[in-house]
Amino acid sequence: MPTIVVEVMPKPELLDPAGKATAGAIAKQGDSPFTGVRIGKRFELTVEGEVTDAVLAQAQKLAEEFLSNQVIEDVVAVKVA
Amino acid sequence: MATRIGVVTFPGSLDDRDAQRAVRLAGGEAVALWHGDHDLQGVDAIVLPGGFSYGDYLRCGAIAATSPIMAEVIDAANKGLPVLGICNGFQILVESQLLPGGLIRNDHGDFVCRDQRLRVENASTAWTSAFEAGDEITIPLKNGEGGYIATDDTLDRLEGEGLVAFRYLDVNPNGSLRDIAGLTNERGNVVGLMPHPEHATEAGFGPDTADAMRSGVDGLKFFTSVIERTLAGV
Repeated sequence: MPTIVVEVMPKPELLDPAGKATAGAIAKQGDSPFTGVRIGKRFELTVEGEVTDAVLAQAQKLAEEFLSNQVIEDVVAVKVA
Repeated sequence: MATRIGVVTFPGSLDDRDAQRAVRLAGGEAVALWHGDHDLQGVDAIVLPGGFSYGDYLRCGAIAATSPIMAEVIDAANKGLPVLGICNGFQILVESQLLPGGLIRNDHGDFVCRDQRLRVENASTAWTSAFEAGDEITIPLKNGEGGYIATDDTLDRLEGEGLVAFRYLDVNPNGSLRDIAGLTNERGNVVGLMPHPEHATEAGFGPDTADAMRSGVDGLKFFTSVIERTLAGV
């Protein structure tokens, strides 16, 4: 079965407390080149049948209107896995 | 006849019974409404209670906002029916786009539970008319994702149009922009806030006051506001 992957990230200008806490924990481990962490979400939509342009467009709409909240998040990818 | 106020129970609602009790303490009749129904049972006003609907999956309030009953709530709210969203209910209101902006994880990352001082900024809404603008009240606050955010343009518009209904005093408990604790829509019938008025409605069970422990009942006026308004036939 084909899968469409949707990736959602908190908007860059917003504080991401979970990412910040994780970055702090990484820094405590010492000797790390990683100065920042931001945590987003990945959705895998299983599709019955072929992924047509229409299905992909439907996934894009779902991603923008339900899987993300455009006030606080951005859809960064909608792609066939 | 008593004012009938509906309280919607979603899967994961916690404070629906407390809200029903607050309605009764204020002199109203509480009507239990169910998320899976399309029937508002002819109520005069609606409370969306606190809790963790759908386990806060996807985003707080996002799945509840798509419940069958929310189609009716959104329709009725747009026609002027008073709707109060408390905590998770506030999150459901913003996810339903009945109120602007969004609520994100507290900036300090921790769940917070405290008696919170607030200033009533707008006392002309359906749920705040028993207050005077500028009144300072104390009601419980308990949330993990109560940080209010919106774009600068939206924040400026909210302030300019007097749509900030409540503001945090003393401390900002969750990083909410411009200390916003609650909002109203332009019409004043839809109000949402993170703190819990229903937990400050009966002496013995509310926040401490200077007079006595747990004697705070500042939350009662939310419910008497809407009852007086309904009885006045507004």
